[in-house]
Amino acid sequence: MTSAKTTLGSTVQLESMYQEIILDHYRRPHHKGLREPFDAEVHHVNPTCGDEITLRVALKDSGGEPAVADVSYDSLGCSISQASVSVLTDLVIGKPVSEAMDISAEFLELMRSRDAAEPDEDVLGDAVVFAGVAKYPARIKCALLGWMAWKDATTQALGAVATEQALADLDADLDREQK
Amino acid sequence: MSLDVAAIRADFPILQRSVRGGSPLIYLDSGATSQKPTAVLDAERAYNVASNAAAHRGAHLLGEEATDALEGARARVAAFIGADPSEIIFTRNATEAANLIAYSISNAATGGPSGGPATGTAAEALAIGPGNEVLITELEHHANLVPWQQLCQRTGATLRWFPVTGEGRVDLSDIDTLVSERTKIVAVTHQSNVTGAMPPVAQIAAAAHAAGAIVVVDAAQSVPHHLVRVAETGADFLFFSGHKMLAPTGVGVLWGRGELLEAMPPFITGGSMIEVVRMEGSTFLPPPQRFEAGVPAVAQAVGLAAACDYLDAVGMENVAEHERMLTARAIDALTAVGGVRILGPLTTDARGGAVSFEVDQVHPHDVGQVLDELGIAVRAGHHCAWPLHRALGVQASTRASFYLYNTPDEVDALADGIRTAQKFFGVT
Repeated sequence: MTSAKTTLGSTVQLESMYQEIILDHYRRPHHKGLREPFDAEVHHVNPTCGDEITLRVALKDSGGEPAVADVSYDSLGCSISQASVSVLTDLVIGKPVSEAMDISAEFLELMRSRDAAEPDEDVLGDAVVFAGVAKYPARIKCALLGWMAWKDATTQALGAVATEQALADLDADLDREQK
Repeated sequence: MSLDVAAIRADFPILQRSVRGGSPLIYLDSGATSQKPTAVLDAERAYNVASNAAAHRGAHLLGEEATDALEGARARVAAFIGADPSEIIFTRNATEAANLIAYSISNAATGGPSGGPATGTAAEALAIGPGNEVLITELEHHANLVPWQQLCQRTGATLRWFPVTGEGRVDLSDIDTLVSERTKIVAVTHQSNVTGAMPPVAQIAAAAHAAGAIVVVDAAQSVPHHLVRVAETGADFLFFSGHKMLAPTGVGVLWGRGELLEAMPPFITGGSMIEVVRMEGSTFLPPPQRFEAGVPAVAQAVGLAAACDYLDAVGMENVAEHERMLTARAIDALTAVGGVRILGPLTTDARGGAVSFEVDQVHPHDVGQVLDELGIAVRAGHHCAWPLHRALGVQASTRASFYLYNTPDEVDALADGIRTAQKFFGVT
């Protein structure tokens, strides 16, 4: 008969997943709370556990290309999902959208690597600590919840901004024609 | 007589393995799927080694043996729940069984597939449309909820439900108004997969029958753990999965009263369920074959029959008593931890061995992760019962569920593991 184990033999594995940076972001999330103004808002859910996030993206013009002005969110979830979106906001706010999308692609790659990839710290910054999460397939969705929401909201915001720009251009054209 | 758990554990090869970092496996997730004893694995293999063929087809000896194996399994499963073999339909699992009933009923309502239902009292009982109601409970697993929601959307009927009480039981206080002449179907769980609550299905069935409604019982969490006799439940239909009762995945069971099955059009159509096929249209075989299109999962059914043998040899009363002891111990041990809220009754009265809980300030996924690191397998999330979690005011929970192979020491390890999680996340 198998005897039940009653004490924690080693927390090494747990600590590789729950890095101190992750626990810090979980306890004190950055940029949390929904803010105005914003260009797009999305609501994403992890269907296996019911974790959810409402996330807003505000864009700005930065030297002729779109940049991330703000990412604000309200969320309920586990330490991994909460810390992950907090780290994301630190990484993408203020960056050109194209660079932020590259970071997002790199993070996605890291999560899909099942711990085989060598994360690029220059691109990912604090997000490299999520490398340990990639070992646990069940938790990858947790880590990606906020990133997927951000990508979705940003794509929508780009569309909305593009539409606004097109309408503004159209108005200008009409104005010119009337003159 | 109590169980010889050590002897039982020796029958389950997987319980001998170690997990993360060499910890012995403490498997507390039988509510999701159970482990399989050697007898079941061997029966499935023996069939495949010696007799494998497509049942009910084939002009050869193996075909005969496969047919005998399938029909033998049907008789064995029937005996396990006190039913007639002609009223046993093999499905893929409990979820498919629920869909079979719901789709057959809407096929009867919409006249498809061709052939339609027979006329008569049974057919009238199955007729559903606008103005009718399907009554379920807020405790249901999505498998006994979404198919009824969808049936209502297809037919114009209205879905209603019994609410849940604070301790995770069905609130029957409005039964007299909820069950009415509008009610056509009452579908209720025999045992909640989250709170463990066992609603008084016979009482609900009596009220439903008095109103002329059909009663469907989701027995996925009851048949594996208790002695169930279909006649005593008051059900018209009752279904369960093989894999939650020591059998392989891929086989489930729907039991239905003969006259209802007789009046029902098929759900899945195709080979081996037809009587005559012409290009212009087809007629269908009587039940149970009418509801078993395609080559059946014979090896899995044989495994299920072996699981029935195994459980009957142990004795279902003994299984239930053992789990009652483990559940009582879990309720005490988890209450003693502090900062833990059990979602479900705090007694073992009318309650099975699923113990779901919340740990203050530690998310269920994080609790599950720490337990996993200790070799303790539990489930984290909403356990396919999202409305129930919402009604109980929680986002998600962690669930331990017990079976005949679990030990009191494993329950204690769970409580210790929760303490470790609390310590790790700095909440104690």
